[in-house]
Amino acid sequence: MHLAFPLVTAALLFSAGVYGVLARRNAILVLMSVELMLNAVNLNLVAFDVHLRDRLHGGQVLTLFTIVIAAAEVGLGLAIVLLVFRNRRMIDVDRLRSLAEPGRATAAEREAVK
Amino acid sequence: MTGRDVVFALLGVVAVGAGLLVVTTRQLVHAALWLVVSFGALAGCYLVLTAEFVAWVQVLIYVGAVVVLLLFGIMLTRAPVGPSENLDSGNRWAALAVALGTAALLVTVLVMGFRGTKLNDAPQCPDAASCPAQANGSAEHLGEAVFRTWVLPFEVLSVLLLAALVGAIVLSRTDLASRKDR
Repeated sequence: MHLAFPLVTAALLFSAGVYGVLARRNAILVLMSVELMLNAVNLNLVAFDVHLRDRLHGGQVLTLFTIVIAAAEVGLGLAIVLLVFRNRRMIDVDRLRSLAEPGRATAAEREAVK
Repeated sequence: MTGRDVVFALLGVVAVGAGLLVVTTRQLVHAALWLVVSFGALAGCYLVLTAEFVAWVQVLIYVGAVVVLLLFGIMLTRAPVGPSENLDSGNRWAALAVALGTAALLVTVLVMGFRGTKLNDAPQCPDAASCPAQANGSAEHLGEAVFRTWVLPFEVLSVLLLAALVGAIVLSRTDLASRKDR
């Protein structure tokens, strides 16, 4: 099998994740897209571990560690999203602008005011 | 083009297609379910790459735990079950341009860099009879690697998981904040 197969698959999955993180409005969908990007990286790690025949299995062990960290990240991220939902009654990431500079209202804000 | 190539290409197409549906579908619950398809196809890819233990961990943790957690989040934020119109923000087209640029750059670089490189995973021993029967990524080999070479990161990771657990509990408990206010 060519090494390019897993690498191109991983690159396309990563780009799908990039699109999701940038384009989605719902915070849970953003978390899902982050998971897609992490999975693309995992596929790269496994492919290179198998290709380089790592005797310490560094790639596959690092993949396991990434999976564990991703699980922890989703747990914490969902706790934060639920907290935001409890306080604001919505989880649209582009309407959560209390940390932004005052003055310039975006299209989404004008829409929200209306 | 061997049978392995065909299987991997099919699984890759399923994984990428389901991933694209995750980021484009209009229904929140469907996005979580397409995520299951994508992760399952990726687990199949790991199996084809002879990393079987990673494949089962992927199924157990991602499909079993992470997606259920995401579905819980969807449920608790009272998301509508049917299609909803405003899941995409206004900068969709910029996001599409950035994602297409990323895809083009990564695919070009990877294909130029690794064109013609065969996956180097044939058993490396003089005769087939003396080869170890087990695959590269079996639970036995990975367990040895984790508990011999990578013990310290493993233990540090357990502390990190504990910290994440405590953090999630503190964030989601409602009575802590109100007690401080009093």
